[in-house]
Amino acid sequence: MNKKIYDVIIVGGGVIGCSIARYLSRYKVNGLLIEKHSDVGEETSCANSAIVHSGYDPLPNTRKAYFNVKGNKMMEEVCKELHVPFIRNGSLTIGFNEEDRKTIENLFSRAKSNGVDARIVEKEELHEMEPSLNDECLCALYCKNSGIVSPFELTIGFMENAMDNGFELNLNEKVEKIIKNNELFEVITNKGEYLSKTLVNAAGLYSDEILSNLEKPSFKINARKGEYILLDHFNNDWCKHTLFMCPTKVGKGVLISPTTSFNYIIGPSNDSSSKEDTSTDTSTMSILKETAAKLIKNIPYSEVIRTFAGVRANPDNDDFIIEESKTNPGLFNVAGIMSPGLASSPAIGEYVSDLIKEKLKLEKNNNYKSKRKEVLSLNSLGIDKYNELVKKCPAYGHMICRCEKVSEGQIIDAIHRNCGAKTVKGVKKRLRAGFGKCQGSFCEEEVCKILARELNVPLSSILYKDEGSEVFKYKSKGNNYDE
Amino acid sequence: MMNNKFYDIVIVGGGSAGLSAAKKAFEEGITSILIIERNNELGGILNQCIHNGFGLHKFKKELTGPEYAYEYIKFVKDHKIEYLLNTLVLSIDKNNKTIVCSSSENGVTSINYKTLIFSAGCNERTSGQIMTPGERPNGVYTAGLAQKLLNIDGYLVGKNVYILGSGDIGLIMARRMKLEGANVIGVSELMPYSNGLNRNIVQCLNDYNIPLRLHNTVIKIHGKNQLEGITICDVDDSLKPIKGREEFIKCDTLLLSIGLYPFNSMLKNSGAKVNNETKGAWVDQNLETSLDSVFSCGNVLHVHDLVDYVSDEGEIAGKNAASLVKNGRKKYSKIILTFHNENLSYLLPNEIKVYDDLNEVNFSFRVKKPISKGEILFKDGNNIIKKVIKNDLIPSEMVRIKLNDIDYKVVNDLKVEVNEL
Repeated sequence: MNKKIYDVIIVGGGVIGCSIARYLSRYKVNGLLIEKHSDVGEETSCANSAIVHSGYDPLPNTRKAYFNVKGNKMMEEVCKELHVPFIRNGSLTIGFNEEDRKTIENLFSRAKSNGVDARIVEKEELHEMEPSLNDECLCALYCKNSGIVSPFELTIGFMENAMDNGFELNLNEKVEKIIKNNELFEVITNKGEYLSKTLVNAAGLYSDEILSNLEKPSFKINARKGEYILLDHFNNDWCKHTLFMCPTKVGKGVLISPTTSFNYIIGPSNDSSSKEDTSTDTSTMSILKETAAKLIKNIPYSEVIRTFAGVRANPDNDDFIIEESKTNPGLFNVAGIMSPGLASSPAIGEYVSDLIKEKLKLEKNNNYKSKRKEVLSLNSLGIDKYNELVKKCPAYGHMICRCEKVSEGQIIDAIHRNCGAKTVKGVKKRLRAGFGKCQGSFCEEEVCKILARELNVPLSSILYKDEGSEVFKYKSKGNNYDE
Repeated sequence: MMNNKFYDIVIVGGGSAGLSAAKKAFEEGITSILIIERNNELGGILNQCIHNGFGLHKFKKELTGPEYAYEYIKFVKDHKIEYLLNTLVLSIDKNNKTIVCSSSENGVTSINYKTLIFSAGCNERTSGQIMTPGERPNGVYTAGLAQKLLNIDGYLVGKNVYILGSGDIGLIMARRMKLEGANVIGVSELMPYSNGLNRNIVQCLNDYNIPLRLHNTVIKIHGKNQLEGITICDVDDSLKPIKGREEFIKCDTLLLSIGLYPFNSMLKNSGAKVNNETKGAWVDQNLETSLDSVFSCGNVLHVHDLVDYVSDEGEIAGKNAASLVKNGRKKYSKIILTFHNENLSYLLPNEIKVYDDLNEVNFSFRVKKPISKGEILFKDGNNIIKKVIKNDLIPSEMVRIKLNDIDYKVVNDLKVEVNEL
């Protein structure tokens, strides 16, 4: 039997894998992305600070510095094309004493070497810019190009756009073995076997393990857990910039930042952990609160809607690993993409896709569409245009999520797109239904019913996230409805 | 521009408070009433409360939730009071006295009101809000959501159930899941006393041998994708977990009954003053908020223990909104602010407008901790206006006192004290 031979298989559907897929789809390519979870962007890409760093922090002449600065520049255009929320809100890296001032001056010259627009602001201006700040905040490095993005929608936007241009996506499929078979890579998963000319290892936390199928890894990925506190959108003026703390011998401190949905995020902690451990704990939360109080006193913790943790892939060499394997030509390792990985993601995607294009001598895809279909909402359209939409499709008038004002029409659209929502969490990540203060206790039931209807599957099969997380688990004694 | 629809009274929320307000306003002679309900039927949360125990005060009989709601829904339908279903109110414009709402039938539309009654109910607190440590798998539900999935949709969320919090919905769901064949392992309550009604402790836990652990809480949630278990732990007097008193419990479901809070964000966003203790609106004795002609009642104002009391409060709002429509705004000579001592967790109303014909004010409050023998004092400065002796005051039960035999014109401040005797 003649098996289909892919030009490229990407292992891992985080923001990096999806970005590479998107930029590869600019070329005529037979591409497949394999992701073990029920959706893309389920690990580090969905539990991070959601910051598009300006690029002042990485040491000059590192890959981190290069891709961060480039990715930051690309982000505005990318987010416009993909309809992903992005705001250049600017960052303030805050110093509290004269020693910090020296550090900030050093960071300022580092920013200059990296080509980042930055300036130092003094106390009076600083407090004008950010009136909630604690009085002890003395000065800051201001980087106006720093931004915030929805990491969920960026990852999904990349993948949807790649699929619009012909890229394939296999979800719920775990890579179990990879063999180099003559010039081809044979990827064996729990569901099938695939052949490919090239292979991209974008497996995040597990990239060293994936690589060990083919060769002795030259790097090791250490897991570092970051815990966060998320506040409701209680007041859009409370904190406008991303507030970092000046790094000291003790550590990097924590950040406080608005998100693109005007929630506020506080964190992260930074502790060694196992790759699977995304649990939060009370003592870390206390430390976060204590540290964040240096930036803003009296943080309204009555507005907390959730705590969460993400695990970051820290490589032992401390820089991004983006290279073709010497032992196995055609294998591209894109690993150790810790912070500022989110900011760097479009630049990494473009760069890696061009390496593969050169390798395989790929032709330009003349039908390539860089734009993703618009994500419609009452906010983006305004009442009059939205009402025209409701006339055509009444489901847009039926509001399902009352905290975040998400309509049935939007949910239906999110389900039927390429890389569409298949789970409750999938709907949440795409539209914020269930993201509000009630955390889905009002809309989860209706979201499940819409998913079942639109996917034409029984209600009892609808998952919260991965396999085994059915919401409507068992029928009650009196339930005799046929599905 | 098309002319907006206009009503004398627009009611946001067709649950027990809104329905009762509509009935009362109609009885007071107002016919231009519109109820806006987000769900596909009137009745609100009562529809999923299929247990009995409702209506003992209001109807002197024991009804189920849907039966209780039907008493009001029938009135609304018989008297052709207008209502919109599947319609969510998105915002309130206090300056133009307009609300914006959305539905499939009408799209996003504006409706003008002369008076507005805000009766949107409450939300359940979530594990996120109390920052429960551990993972975030499927299988952790608020008790009310699990109730809806079971009683409305016919599905059980799990078969090995633990319950955090002894609020009434949690207790009711403990019995309900047991009756459906689930293994209900136990209930943990952080406080040294239960937060539910006594009758529910007896009828829902004791009768089914479901243990209630007081001064105990969940300190870790286990399981990445689906809940695999929880760690519970005894807490000390400052409610901190005690080392060495942890216990792992294997379960696939954790139901949360850890409190309710008014779903008041829309009123707050429209500029209404908020009562920081209830998180509901700041109201006067007529239940009018700080927004002109906007009233608030029911669980969106403060969380009630009994639906009968919600209905009573709806009547107060309905009656006063009707009076404002019919008679216009009356003059008042002054505003008395109300205060309370440390033994109360909150007090309503927040202010009293002293009209010429003012003779009755309904106070409601809850105590912070159980008080077995207490005196309730209404004071103006050091001057005791009224004293009520009441026994067995507990935080889970709301206290209501009607004060109609005092001359409010001579009162400066009004302070309510509860003291243990």
